[in-house]
Amino acid sequence: MTCRDFLKELTDYLDDAIDTKTKAELEDHLQWCHNCYVICNTTKKTIEIYRESRLYELPEDLRGRLRSAIMSKCGKKEPTA
Amino acid sequence: MPTIKQVNEPEPATEELTLVTAAKAGDMGAFEELVKRYDRNVFRIAQHITQNREDAEDVVQDAFLKAYQNLPNFQMQSKFYTWLVRIAVNEALMKLRKRRPERFVSLDEDVKTEEDSMPREIADWNPNPEQQYDQAELKDILGKTINGLPPSFRTVFVLRDVEGLSTEETAEALDLSIPAVKSRLLRARLQLRERLNKYFKSRRSGDGNK
Repeated sequence: MTCRDFLKELTDYLDDAIDTKTKAELEDHLQWCHNCYVICNTTKKTIEIYRESRLYELPEDLRGRLRSAIMSKCGKKEPTA
Repeated sequence: MPTIKQVNEPEPATEELTLVTAAKAGDMGAFEELVKRYDRNVFRIAQHITQNREDAEDVVQDAFLKAYQNLPNFQMQSKFYTWLVRIAVNEALMKLRKRRPERFVSLDEDVKTEEDSMPREIADWNPNPEQQYDQAELKDILGKTINGLPPSFRTVFVLRDVEGLSTEETAEALDLSIPAVKSRLLRARLQLRERLNKYFKSRRSGDGNK
């Protein structure tokens, strides 16, 4: 397995959406290829940081205003069949 | 190396089904419950795509209004949330096109950029790189970094990795094939990693390419 082959499978590997045989091959590659190990590790960390960052949280006061506006507009519109 | 845990699993499907059925029958309280359940998600998705707070607010309102008006046409073959995300993404892309008419914005284009898949800089990071920055600095870094991705990449990334939709749900919400979702997701992840290097890399690590 080359580094390019490893990268092609990286997304499925990180998502654990991969068959056992391919997974074993990827993990064997990770054992000796430090660069792919670093890429794999830092890509995983990238995803975790974004997931945990709470970027663009909806503030509660704005949330209340938006919900009132939505419900008021919906009340004035009939659903279209 | 452990893989990533899947998170953000929405509320149990049966409860959602009850609410959607009631909302379809005209129960405004049930629809408001659906708004409460998903407004934060729709806002996050909208702001990630439009990168503009006012546009994101408009998208939240327009997406729920459109969902309400089209409830009778919702066949319940997909999850309500996936259907709602599809509406919200389309509304957000329309906003983006209005704001940046000079650049055609489409999810169909398979964007090639100079920073494509092959990593250029291979540097290890500190063990908890996000702790080097305070919350505001970190949010600024993450916002600027994801803003630099093409809309088609950041949309796939936010649905899959931030909101926790499955590959299949993401494909359905964006009207893309599964291979197209996987290809964009891989490139989005690798490009974000590459761009975050300058903030997170360990001083001790060496650089190099293979």
